[in-house]
Amino acid sequence: MKPESRLRKILAAGQFAVTAECGPPKGADPEAVRKKGNLLKNCVDSVNVTDNQTGVVRLSSLASCAILREEGLDPVLQMVTRDRNRIALQSDVLGASALGIRNILCLSGDHQSFGNQPEAKGVFDIDSTQFIHLVRQMRDEGTILGGDKLTQPPELFIGAVENPFADPRSYRARRLGKKVSAGAEFIQTQCIYNLPYFKEWMQQVRDLGVDSKVYILGGVTPLKSVRMAEYMANNVAGIDIPAEIIDRLKGVPSKDQKKEGLKICVETIAELREIKGIHGVHIMAIEWEEAVAEIVEGAKLLPRPVL
Amino acid sequence: MITAERKPLPEIKESISPYKKLLIVGCGTCVAECASGGEKEVALLASALRMDAKKEGRRVEIREITLDRQCVYEFIDQLTALIDQCDAILSLGCGAGVQAIAEIFPKIHIVPALNTTFIGQTREAGLWVENCRACGDCKLDRFADVCPITRCAKSLFNGPCGGSKGGYCEVDPETPCAWHLIVTRLEESNRLDKLGSVQPPANWSKKEGKGPRKIVREDQRN
Repeated sequence: MKPESRLRKILAAGQFAVTAECGPPKGADPEAVRKKGNLLKNCVDSVNVTDNQTGVVRLSSLASCAILREEGLDPVLQMVTRDRNRIALQSDVLGASALGIRNILCLSGDHQSFGNQPEAKGVFDIDSTQFIHLVRQMRDEGTILGGDKLTQPPELFIGAVENPFADPRSYRARRLGKKVSAGAEFIQTQCIYNLPYFKEWMQQVRDLGVDSKVYILGGVTPLKSVRMAEYMANNVAGIDIPAEIIDRLKGVPSKDQKKEGLKICVETIAELREIKGIHGVHIMAIEWEEAVAEIVEGAKLLPRPVL
Repeated sequence: MITAERKPLPEIKESISPYKKLLIVGCGTCVAECASGGEKEVALLASALRMDAKKEGRRVEIREITLDRQCVYEFIDQLTALIDQCDAILSLGCGAGVQAIAEIFPKIHIVPALNTTFIGQTREAGLWVENCRACGDCKLDRFADVCPITRCAKSLFNGPCGGSKGGYCEVDPETPCAWHLIVTRLEESNRLDKLGSVQPPANWSKKEGKGPRKIVREDQRN
């Protein structure tokens, strides 16, 4: 059977999409990928595989996606421009499509200085927006940069990310618009904890008319503890965790904080579903893939539609 | 200007350890401006090395000279008279200076005493900042005169990324986010529409297409 993007079909059918993140292992272990994939298999529509996230060397995103594809999942291939020049990027885009991968998420990637190869040369030949445009050109025009024709264009549903909470905030909705005009068809947002601000941002997105041109998946990450919440709030740029959320976690005994974190996550999803222009949720349960089934069930998003 | 920093003394000492007669050559242009390789720095390094040799009971003969420019033949020629009196040159020029001397005096070992760092500006006394990568294709006017190739840690042409916080870069919280500067400068002058269209990929061949670049100007040749 010819592979298709399940994510695209779900969104095109007007269903509220559910995707989750899967971080590949720090070794050549295909079973680790299969295990995570199977934890997510029946509770999400697509699984998004990170590409050496935070600059830490892991099993390649492309190989992990191919493994997940074999397991019957619909992988979303994350590809960052930090590690590949335009020759390698275009080649891997073709390779992904040839392997039956049907979704790609184009990012610039975390700076190499954050990871375990801080002496690496950051490539950044092109940026994420240029990469989106390039994949769109390859798919729709069947050409690569410079105009050479492809014998067969890649078949990919093209995604991008946006962080409404990073600075300068006044420019963030317009930046999203730029990625959409470059060719992004779906968007994953940074983790949402500050819902009032997120709603304001979505209003700006709607005012620009961008919501009608792209599917936006709201990003969520369940908090495991007060410590995690405080760490993220203070140390990760572009993460906005309001004091009320941290206070809420502080209000329960530490053994119940995980449960409270899941509850907050489920409530956030319920609110996201009410926002005009939000077409799904992307769950980033970092090294806590077991939590995804519980969140999706709690959010009353099970069973996932069969197309 | 080209900025540079002097190498740590132990590293310099190790590189010059085989030599007994040393000529320290400074440069009076860029590296003098950034206080790493001018006449004053040559004198300081020379006395440090002399003191060190004395302390360790070694005999080293050290001479000093600072050229106006270490990267131009007319100035390098001043070394011709001195070259036979030394068995190595310790250069406080930038990488271009070291190589220019080496080209003219192929038989003598030139040891670099500086790490050439970047093309930058003197922002205030004792503070130099990088602001040009010499890409060979200047597009500053598109970016409110803030170079995203140099001043954005990811060289984004369509930034800012998600790691801009309070006007600073997540990679180095002491460095202003180039894209924050670009957006606010354009906002303040009502030119934000300049960022409307997607900037296409850069033509890096102007920077590194066929290896080292050269400029040939027939009108300047004799």
